[in-house]
Amino acid sequence: MSAWLIQHRAALAAAFRRLWATPLNTLLSLLVIGIALTLPAFGYVALDNLRELGRNASGVQQISLFMSLEASKKDVGEIESRLRQAVGSQWRFVPKEDALKRMKSSQGMAEIVASLPRNPLPDAFIVEPANTEPAALEALRQEIAGWPKVAHVQLDSAWIKRFDAFLRLGKLALWMLAGLFGAGLVAVTFNTIRLQVMAQSAEIEVARMIGATDGFIRRPFYYFGALQGALGGLLAALLVLAALRLLAGPVGELAALYGGNFSLRPPGVAEMPGLTALGAFLGWLGAQLSVSLSLRKFD
Amino acid sequence: MIEASNLTKRYPGGFEAVKDASFSIGAGQMVLITGHSGAGKTTLVKLISTIERPTSGSLVVNGQNLSALGRSAIPHVRRHFGLVFQDQKLLFDRNALENVMLPLHIAGLPRREAIRRAQAALDKVGLLAREKANPIALSGGEQQRLAIARAVVNRPTILIADEPTGNLDSESGMAILDIFADFHRVGVTVVVATHDQSWIERYHPNVLRLAHGRVVE
Repeated sequence: MSAWLIQHRAALAAAFRRLWATPLNTLLSLLVIGIALTLPAFGYVALDNLRELGRNASGVQQISLFMSLEASKKDVGEIESRLRQAVGSQWRFVPKEDALKRMKSSQGMAEIVASLPRNPLPDAFIVEPANTEPAALEALRQEIAGWPKVAHVQLDSAWIKRFDAFLRLGKLALWMLAGLFGAGLVAVTFNTIRLQVMAQSAEIEVARMIGATDGFIRRPFYYFGALQGALGGLLAALLVLAALRLLAGPVGELAALYGGNFSLRPPGVAEMPGLTALGAFLGWLGAQLSVSLSLRKFD
Repeated sequence: MIEASNLTKRYPGGFEAVKDASFSIGAGQMVLITGHSGAGKTTLVKLISTIERPTSGSLVVNGQNLSALGRSAIPHVRRHFGLVFQDQKLLFDRNALENVMLPLHIAGLPRREAIRRAQAALDKVGLLAREKANPIALSGGEQQRLAIARAVVNRPTILIADEPTGNLDSESGMAILDIFADFHRVGVTVVVATHDQSWIERYHPNVLRLAHGRVVE
């Protein structure tokens, strides 16, 4: 095995030993890091689920297409053909006769409808686009409005825009929260490493005198910071999963009361290791800053 | 092996601990740097071992000009030296064997090989039986022998010591002298800063005498 690998393995083993040597301190640090990462991570998962809820809510992303009154069967066929080509969208045709029948059946409308000289309602299409992003919906609305014999296109864009704005605000708040807690994690690691450097100043001084490189001295601290951060990230991932598991039942019951079958989406396969890796990176960053400042006195 | 030319070390504040020192130490020699307190012995040892950088002049060790050495190259140069300090600089959170293994860890030796070599070094200084002992449990002479074991474990070409017998009684000091002489006999260059004249009487080494920072003999 090369000297480089041996030194890395020794540094990793030293980092594990340091974590193990003070179990209470380690546990407290991991709790602080874990909770600091849990809050933004849970916020991320919650926003993701809200986005999914918004996408799946029926009726709110529909585009209603009203033909002009003089549109013929051929014109309707043309629109059907164009809708068929629109990728992924689902749609249904509502003939003007059906619309009138439905209107007639509404309470108090029968007499009014009977008094009308002719059917005032147009043929219509209800379109459910596959892409429900506000920008995509608006683009589709504009495209449909340009088709022949289309008198009016209605999109409930206000609701979608409001929901999208809420999600964007939530995302921004989440980033700010993540930034704050990330800085907290870096600070926790910074302080832990600073204390370790102080405690090991004799060893560092001797090692320097007998030929230790900067890398040799810094490496165990980097491993310690990254390891502590990674374990904190893993703890955060487990806390998020546990919280989702606890909330799954009540959320399902609530959705059922509203006639839906929404269930919380757990974090993806890549997101759990991602959180662990983020913790490791922030821990390494804290260690890097701390070691750089603390080792200056040995120069 | 060690060539100094007009070597000067000036500390912040203007004090010159070593002034225009020029000397030559050949490979395999045993040299005593001697002089009164404050003569510059410790500073000269620190310059040779790259712990201090010269203010001016040149210092060539094993063909390398230490005055022009970059910061990143210094640790690699230091690995060719075995350093023994008056206060030993042992680590009290590990046992004797682990103290001796430290330079081998730094060099990246596999653990098994490091243990074997550290035990051999402890054997050379007569401390193999105390390999598990914490340095704090060792006597002053034993601590100094442990420091020597740590200095030689990496098979240095130059063994440098600063007042290695300064804190020892005469009997322990003599034992340390004998160990240095043993290494000198097997071809290691030994440079020792001391004001202990018994070295000269016992081993007749080459002497580099300093006075007020200047080489006078």
